[in-house]
Amino acid sequence: MTAARPRRPRSREALPDYLLSEQQLEDMYYFMLLSRRLSERMMALNRQGRAAFVIAGAGQEAAQVGAAMALKKGTDYLAPYYRDLGMNLVFGMDAREAMLNLLGKRDDPNSFGRQMPSHWGNAARRIVTQSSVVATQLLHATGIGLAAKLSNDPIVVLTCCGEGSTSRGDFHEALNFAAIHRLPVIFYIQNNGFAISERTEKEMPVENVADRARAYNIQSAVVDGMDCVAVYQTVRPAVDQARRGGGPYLIEAKCYRLWPHSSDDDDTRYRPRKELEEWAKKDPLLLFRNRVETDGVFPREDLDEIEARVEEEIREAVQWALMQPDPAPEDALGHVYKEL
Amino acid sequence: MAEMTVIEAIRTTLDEELARDGRIFILGEDVEAGGVFRATEGLAAKYPGRVIDSPLAESSIVGVSIGAAHYGLRPIAEIQFADFIHAAFDHLCSEASRWSYRTKGDACLPMVVRTPWGGGVHGGQHHSQSIEAYYTHLPGIKVVAPAFPADYRSLLKAAIADPNPVLFLEHKRTYRLIRQDVASAPAETVIGRARVARKGGDLTIYAYGLMLHESLAAAAALASEGIEATVVDLLTLQPLDVETVLETAKATGKALIVHEDTLTGGFGGEIAALIAEHAFEHLDAPVRRLCAPDIPAMPYHPNMEHFFMPDREKIAAAARDLAAY
Repeated sequence: MTAARPRRPRSREALPDYLLSEQQLEDMYYFMLLSRRLSERMMALNRQGRAAFVIAGAGQEAAQVGAAMALKKGTDYLAPYYRDLGMNLVFGMDAREAMLNLLGKRDDPNSFGRQMPSHWGNAARRIVTQSSVVATQLLHATGIGLAAKLSNDPIVVLTCCGEGSTSRGDFHEALNFAAIHRLPVIFYIQNNGFAISERTEKEMPVENVADRARAYNIQSAVVDGMDCVAVYQTVRPAVDQARRGGGPYLIEAKCYRLWPHSSDDDDTRYRPRKELEEWAKKDPLLLFRNRVETDGVFPREDLDEIEARVEEEIREAVQWALMQPDPAPEDALGHVYKEL
Repeated sequence: MAEMTVIEAIRTTLDEELARDGRIFILGEDVEAGGVFRATEGLAAKYPGRVIDSPLAESSIVGVSIGAAHYGLRPIAEIQFADFIHAAFDHLCSEASRWSYRTKGDACLPMVVRTPWGGGVHGGQHHSQSIEAYYTHLPGIKVVAPAFPADYRSLLKAAIADPNPVLFLEHKRTYRLIRQDVASAPAETVIGRARVARKGGDLTIYAYGLMLHESLAAAAALASEGIEATVVDLLTLQPLDVETVLETAKATGKALIVHEDTLTGGFGGEIAALIAEHAFEHLDAPVRRLCAPDIPAMPYHPNMEHFFMPDREKIAAAARDLAAY
């Protein structure tokens, strides 16, 4: 974790009710906050004409950070989707890299300016490269699970998509394949209520994506995706079970997309403001902060300090990233094939 | 094992490769029972757990292979008939072909997709297709289409060793039709090279797969009439051996391109364009393409199937016309 030292030492013992240590809880807040504030800055850069496109995970930070923290960094694989900034941060991306990616800079380690922003990938960090085509990554994750099983490696792969992606054949094929071979794959569905403008009732005739797991003989759970602690507590046992050979697991995190689909979308065409205001009260950052403050885990000043640290990291990262070189035109060429 | 058929060449190579490298595994429909063409016969028992039946879902076969290759294994996917690979097109086009490019070489996919293609087996519209043109249009994927058993062996080994996705096209009509003494036969061991299979000064015929054999038969018949044809076995379609294509076109001044895929948008157009662009001054006649007619797919009834496919007689007739030009 990249979180800097807090002003007093954090305990690494699990707190009752949380099953997480103070240090883990601080990391949780840090990553959620970093994800949100980065996204806000990205959108501002877009409105200033400095970034062509932004697609973010505002409202899904708890779902992302809680799940990613349940994995073993450096060991387990992540096959994310485009909203998963929070997951990537937990897996090692920092504010500078996030900005390189947004700006399509030459040295963006995700795709070196070759893909739109938020198309993640970093082989060393075990983050699998992805395209804009939804749900294909579920089959890639299944293949990683198969390879790990054939190699007797005790790793787990967690793959993400939105509920809209579960309409695609690849979702069903991946569940089917992973279940047949009992592969260590966590299918992590972030149900944010929208596939661009379409509500879930236009995407599926069942209430929960998790309901579909039964048809594939896969264990499943539904969790409040606005509650980071609950997410961790749900995903962690599934990861542990998969690592022990217990087979795949489908977890549906119910969350809410607080922003339009992307910087190019106008959600006022299809979403009443009243609805948005109601959900904003359940903002995952707000919920987390209120809980740890009320429970006395951290004093208010500590949380404010994390906020200040995040602000400073982002300020520095934006300034730095804007100065970084763009790809040269001819950088479009090369690496079409991997050389032996 | 000196003389062997195409299918025997493939099976023995798979066997040798599975024995050589523990990272290799086979994934496809019915492969545990040996596959519908028997390419994997006996291998499931010999290599337990490494020859894996997939559900009947081509997107799964290729998508799962992508993940396994990314992890570091060496999957060999079998698509039972090339006609059914379209369900996996998304994974080959949007994912596999771009894996190295979009990560600037940070990740790669050492995987092979084997699939039987081509007509002449009364397979009708959905068991006879030529699919090469879809994939030669995807830089990032290599496309190999051998004709002789020795090349099947060496190029399958090369495909497995390659760190990129390779579409390995096996002409199903030749599986048991074509035999060769592989011990003494020449074998192309590098992906990306064509071979001059026959030399003659009057024209050059370009072909691959079954059509290569038909072209050689046509060339033999033409020789008795005093027409000498060079025949180029393209072997790899992507990346294409442009040098050999241009050298032979320049040397003979006349080019006849043969494929059983339909004419418009077929791979022959690319060869014709290359010759027109880079060998124009050497040409003594317009470039000629002999391909299937522009109808959606190969019809079932033998009369119509024969009408659809080029063969040695049609090739010889086209070559005679071209030689006389």
